[in-house]
Amino acid sequence: MQELGKRASELLAAGSVARVLGWKTGDLAWGPVPAYFENEEQLSELVYNGFCGANLSKYMIEASKLKGKTLVFLKPCDTYSFNQLIKEHRVDREKALIIGVGCHGKLDIEAIKKQGIKGIESISEEGSELKIKTIYGDKSLDYNLALLERCHVCKGKEHRIYDERLLESKETGDKERFAGVNEIEAMSPEEKFAFFQKELSKCIRCNACRNVCPACSCRKCVFDSNKFDSAQKANVDSFEEKMFHVIRAFHVAGRCTDCGECSRVCPQGIPLHLFNRKFIKDIDQLYGEFKAGEDAETKGPLTDFSFEDAEPGVVAERG
Amino acid sequence: MSINAKTEFEPKIVALCCNWCSYAGADLAGSSRLGYPANIKIIRVPCSCRVNPMFILRAFEKGADGVIICGCHPGDCHYSTGNYYARRRMTLLFSMLDYIGVEQGRTRVEWVSAAEGVKFGATMNEFAAKIHSLGENVRLGDLRCRN
Repeated sequence: MQELGKRASELLAAGSVARVLGWKTGDLAWGPVPAYFENEEQLSELVYNGFCGANLSKYMIEASKLKGKTLVFLKPCDTYSFNQLIKEHRVDREKALIIGVGCHGKLDIEAIKKQGIKGIESISEEGSELKIKTIYGDKSLDYNLALLERCHVCKGKEHRIYDERLLESKETGDKERFAGVNEIEAMSPEEKFAFFQKELSKCIRCNACRNVCPACSCRKCVFDSNKFDSAQKANVDSFEEKMFHVIRAFHVAGRCTDCGECSRVCPQGIPLHLFNRKFIKDIDQLYGEFKAGEDAETKGPLTDFSFEDAEPGVVAERG
Repeated sequence: MSINAKTEFEPKIVALCCNWCSYAGADLAGSSRLGYPANIKIIRVPCSCRVNPMFILRAFEKGADGVIICGCHPGDCHYSTGNYYARRRMTLLFSMLDYIGVEQGRTRVEWVSAAEGVKFGATMNEFAAKIHSLGENVRLGDLRCRN
């Protein structure tokens, strides 16, 4: 963490960058928020800990419009999103100085609470242990038990794009990526419907999943259209819930890097990644393995085709 | 419940037909006096690629029991490549609809050329029979759109 602040202040002082995009402590100790830092004094607030899950690449869309270069800290999985944004001409590579930061897996406060730890006051990391201070006394928890879902299915700790690198990473992937999708696919139509009904009825249409998604970067969004009768209000019925989530996932199909931000920010805890991963699984199976954001050149699967593609009937045949 | 409520289920089916092939195919089916069910409501689109996934979801919302998309045969698209893109999109969308529990039989893509009036009639008869057997679409309908 000190390394990040030190390098950032060096670059700021040298005038190589006009501002730094990083994380600072939010209202709660386990909720650092993305922030700009423009001078040495502000930089003292820079933090980088297990709760810095926020993907900063989307903020670079706006930062690309500002004068001067922006230093941005990207974790390995964030660099996929950044590549994807370069491919879509949404960020200016010349305006960014990317410092790839190491990642030991990011923490999820909900996962900690699920372990039965309540009344949390502060959390500190000590090696592979978390020391948690609660109003009921001190507790400790294995770091791996508190990881975000996305870190259990980590894409790997290699930065796909960077100018410099700081800190070491640690492999965290220990689960099968499509396990959740396979589980649902094995259900009967009634069960599938009941499952999504249960999950999606929690949706309050706060649009956080859309706003945080680095792939959702249209200037005008279909969900903000006045002609779209479910814009800017909570879902009225089960149809609107499903339409919003199906269309949201469809619009990022083939561009989603599976960064898991949608599920992380959902205040209702809806497993939104299940939609995106279903599309990823289908694309991998039908059109060849594709990792969005692996590089900034390859054509996406939905902006490309081959003469031998499967017919849509394949869905019914597959059963 | 309206006093005119029908006792027998009559499916509502939306057919999105491309202007250049399938719509002409439907025309040929008509002028050749080939029968297909009156439940099929045809909407003409410039190309099968014009079909936005939202169209399909909206159709279900407004009470359609099945949606079929017809386009030119791959390789015959009036705009050269439109139906190739549509093919990928619709495959993914249908797979997603299946994933959230909408029966697979309710959605379909069929390639019908302007000369295939017979195929158009046969496909529509078959599709209507399929929807008839699946029954009413209760999963994606919007209650406010019911009469």
